[in-house]
Amino acid sequence: MSGAAQPVHRDAGFIRTYLWSTDHKVIAMQYLFTGMLMALIGGFAVYVFRMQLAFPGESVPLFGRVSAGQYNALVTMHGTIMIFWVAMPVLLAAFGNFLIPLMLGCDDMVFPKVNRLSYQIFLLSAVVLVASFFVPGGAFGGAWTAYPPLSANATYNLTQHGATLWVVAVALEFVAFLLGGINFVTTAMNSRAPGMRMFDVPIVVWMIVIASILFMASVGPLIAGAVMLVFDQLLGTGFYDPGTGGDPILWQHLFWFFGHPEVYVVLLPAMGIVAEVIPVFSRKKLFGYRTIVYTAVATGVISFFVWAHHQFVAGIDPRMASLFTITTLIISVPIAEMVFCYIATLYGGSITLSTPMLWALAFVAEFLLGGVTGIFLGAAGADIYLHDTYFVLAHFHYTFFPIAIIGAFAGITFWFPKMFGRMMDERLGKIHFWVTIVAFNVIFIPLFLTGAAGDHRRIFDYSGFPDLATPGLQSLRITATMGLVALLAIQPVFVVNFIRSMVRGPIAEANPWRANTLEWSAASPPPHGNFAELPEVYRGPYEYSPEDRDEDFWPQHVPDVSPAEAAGIGGVR
Amino acid sequence: MISWYVAQASSYAPDVDRLILLVGLIVGAFFLAAEFVLVWLIFKFRARPGVRARYITGEKTSEMKWVSYPHYLVLLFDIVIVAAALRVWSDVKIDLPPGEEQVRIVAQQWAWTFVHAGPDGRLDTADDIRTVNALNLQVNRLYHYELHSKDVLHGFSVPAFRLKQDAVPGRAIVGWFRPTVTGEFDIQCAEICGIGHGLMPARVHIRSAEAQAAWMATAPRMPPLPFVTPAAAATAGHQRAHR
Amino acid sequence: MTSRPIATTRSVMEVPTGRLAMWWVLASETVVFGGLLGSYVMMRLRHGAWADEAANTSTWAGAFNTLVLLTSSLSAVLAHQAAERGDGAKAARLLRYTMLGGVVFLLVKAFEWRHEIAEGFTITSGLFWSFYYTAAGLHAAHVLAGMIALFIVSRTAARSAELHRVENVGIYWHFVDVVWIFLFPLLYIAK
Repeated sequence: MSGAAQPVHRDAGFIRTYLWSTDHKVIAMQYLFTGMLMALIGGFAVYVFRMQLAFPGESVPLFGRVSAGQYNALVTMHGTIMIFWVAMPVLLAAFGNFLIPLMLGCDDMVFPKVNRLSYQIFLLSAVVLVASFFVPGGAFGGAWTAYPPLSANATYNLTQHGATLWVVAVALEFVAFLLGGINFVTTAMNSRAPGMRMFDVPIVVWMIVIASILFMASVGPLIAGAVMLVFDQLLGTGFYDPGTGGDPILWQHLFWFFGHPEVYVVLLPAMGIVAEVIPVFSRKKLFGYRTIVYTAVATGVISFFVWAHHQFVAGIDPRMASLFTITTLIISVPIAEMVFCYIATLYGGSITLSTPMLWALAFVAEFLLGGVTGIFLGAAGADIYLHDTYFVLAHFHYTFFPIAIIGAFAGITFWFPKMFGRMMDERLGKIHFWVTIVAFNVIFIPLFLTGAAGDHRRIFDYSGFPDLATPGLQSLRITATMGLVALLAIQPVFVVNFIRSMVRGPIAEANPWRANTLEWSAASPPPHGNFAELPEVYRGPYEYSPEDRDEDFWPQHVPDVSPAEAAGIGGVR
Repeated sequence: MISWYVAQASSYAPDVDRLILLVGLIVGAFFLAAEFVLVWLIFKFRARPGVRARYITGEKTSEMKWVSYPHYLVLLFDIVIVAAALRVWSDVKIDLPPGEEQVRIVAQQWAWTFVHAGPDGRLDTADDIRTVNALNLQVNRLYHYELHSKDVLHGFSVPAFRLKQDAVPGRAIVGWFRPTVTGEFDIQCAEICGIGHGLMPARVHIRSAEAQAAWMATAPRMPPLPFVTPAAAATAGHQRAHR
Repeated sequence: MTSRPIATTRSVMEVPTGRLAMWWVLASETVVFGGLLGSYVMMRLRHGAWADEAANTSTWAGAFNTLVLLTSSLSAVLAHQAAERGDGAKAARLLRYTMLGGVVFLLVKAFEWRHEIAEGFTITSGLFWSFYYTAAGLHAAHVLAGMIALFIVSRTAARSAELHRVENVGIYWHFVDVVWIFLFPLLYIAK
């Protein structure tokens, strides 16, 4: 933390500065590093189980032989960790915390102590989850969806303590994000810089705020459901037990009522990040700002009406399925419109393929495949066959990977200069980018094919299935695993780039990308309190290449007419 | 497309495959077009010295139409897909054509039990044939299945039929299929059910009428067990997934 | 690092941030209770026999508790009025009456449950009772949390500081009241 712009605080010491701080930027970094650490665990889990799939029964280097029970625990923890302990903290909490006060021109969040508390509860949730690996019985093995009766009853799941710790960890994580949401929404609504109207707010802030509202509105029933599940596990109540009059399908409804909006909770911030990067590196105004906001809201609203497409063959009334097919296909419309607006932004631009821009464009290219493959699954008649196959898995990795990994890398490489005051290395960045993207496709294209051929999910060994134990399918599975190994092997390049740049990268100026939004008018990195002088706003965030100006950008905080331009070029306002 | 990998062994398998092909063609065209435009724009508008980007807001109709028209097209094709999908869904899951025979399927951790109606063609009679992990069917015969679970959720899945249905404890879920080719195909459990989830493969054997009669004559008869699940005892009658 | 950020003082939407935050909390709590009670209602519709189980709850205790909560909400409203006038001492006293209401509520509930458990109706006696104890228990936990908040706010209000918090904690307490107003008929009266 450099700079003495706010000469108010005594020298605070390591603990107060980095571990017990209420500064939104520090809390953002805490979430970012915790998320990245959890990604290592989630990544290790997938390495182990994909090695088992490629070479069934063989000892996996760095792990040993994988038993059926361990396999289930690994897939469960991989999914759970990547969604709740990587995507959410990195996209929503880290970027939300870092960017919102800076982009809105204020000095911190409205409730800094609540903010600190939210991270602490989040950290506790991570500790509880990791602890579940080490309890008798090991980590929970009932999939991240945790359907009862399997998840409710230890005689069925054989991971009694792991199952309860899993539920407790997830519930704590929910509480942490509910608390975090308070800050995002109140700060965005109330603490904007003078002159910043609603449609002058950068898209990424809109997206994070909408995502927070979506999360808050959808998670309640699942919290209730989680309380019921824990009581079933610990007290022997029978909320989900048909023997006592309970209903296993109740959990599914409660879970997916949250679970579907949840994917948009993580999608919207990622799309927000991409919306910030593309204009900067095409020197072009974002196409259809208002349309993007309205379609984001529309997507959020519709997302509450699609959940049972996860349950088409679950035993729900099949007539309900017809309804959910319609709503599921309708949701593709606003999302398509959003993506088309991003593509349209490129038209007439002056495009530089910097590392952040590569990631942002790759997001669009890869997410398109994820989006269109969702149509197969939303069409109920096709889902009868594709449900619970690797086709589903490839679909959601073509959405989640762009969201959680590509979007995150776009954001990290873009805002790194602001966060750490130094520039990352472009060459290492590009090597990391290309290998990651190629490897990603090498993993998941084969899995579309194995899924179409009938590979069902959460199976540790296909040798017992004569129709699936074919050399052709096995070579596809091995290819996918090799892609994963390459993907993991290249990540150290990013880590090295990250650490080296943080420590001795070239010093970054305040606005190295010549961007418009307010965070670029603060120092790199911003001091405690962010701005030497709190800015006022005169225009929207995407005034790139304005027609009657020399510069190809026009930051939000620059007044319309400077003293030197007295003759009066008409202001935007 | 699916039929390149998996046999079509039921009367509705070709319908499902045709639906998947239809969706594939439509979304494939959109996907390729969007990717092409994306890549073309990146190339066409790469930064060149002295060339400034244009100032386009996207708020004018003449600009927005480039996005609006494609997205109306998306809506149109969505409607086409919905219509096709609901037709297939209705055939497989909502309709229940008159059945010629019944078979009961019981899923448990970690095996499948099948109760066949036997030579008299009726379930719950003395000549029922109970097997484990082997479903024995006659080609071109329309079966109603009655799916149960003894413990947790399981998923009855026969890829060659293009059929999946979760088995829910406390319920008897009814559906139908008509095998159309003879042969042997995989049965899978398609809902994670514990450590043995991957250890409960089964096979469906589809035979001609004569071969099926021969199987029934020689299959060992196991003593019929009264079939009662806890919730079935509490609530009378079946809960059907169909009207 | 206890100086308040300037962000706290801005109010672009003209709604005080504390109140905005409290509405956020209430919205999230509404969905939690909504999920729980919605599940209960759906299950109840399937199980007509639950009406017989519900006959074993004490309508009198429930009605008395409803009165207690309504009264305590009244004193919370009066506390807010006092705070608006700047009378911190009076607001603090009225908040303590609200707390007292919470204490009485929890005591009545303790007696109620002790009686029911002695009669053999525990949380595992059947699905109705599982819902009964879970829903009422979750509500009671919120009453307890509210009492702690009331205590903290009354302490600072007594010094005439942070008087805007009186309104916010009152809003929370009214919410706790409203949840009970749904719980009472669903658990006690629908027999």
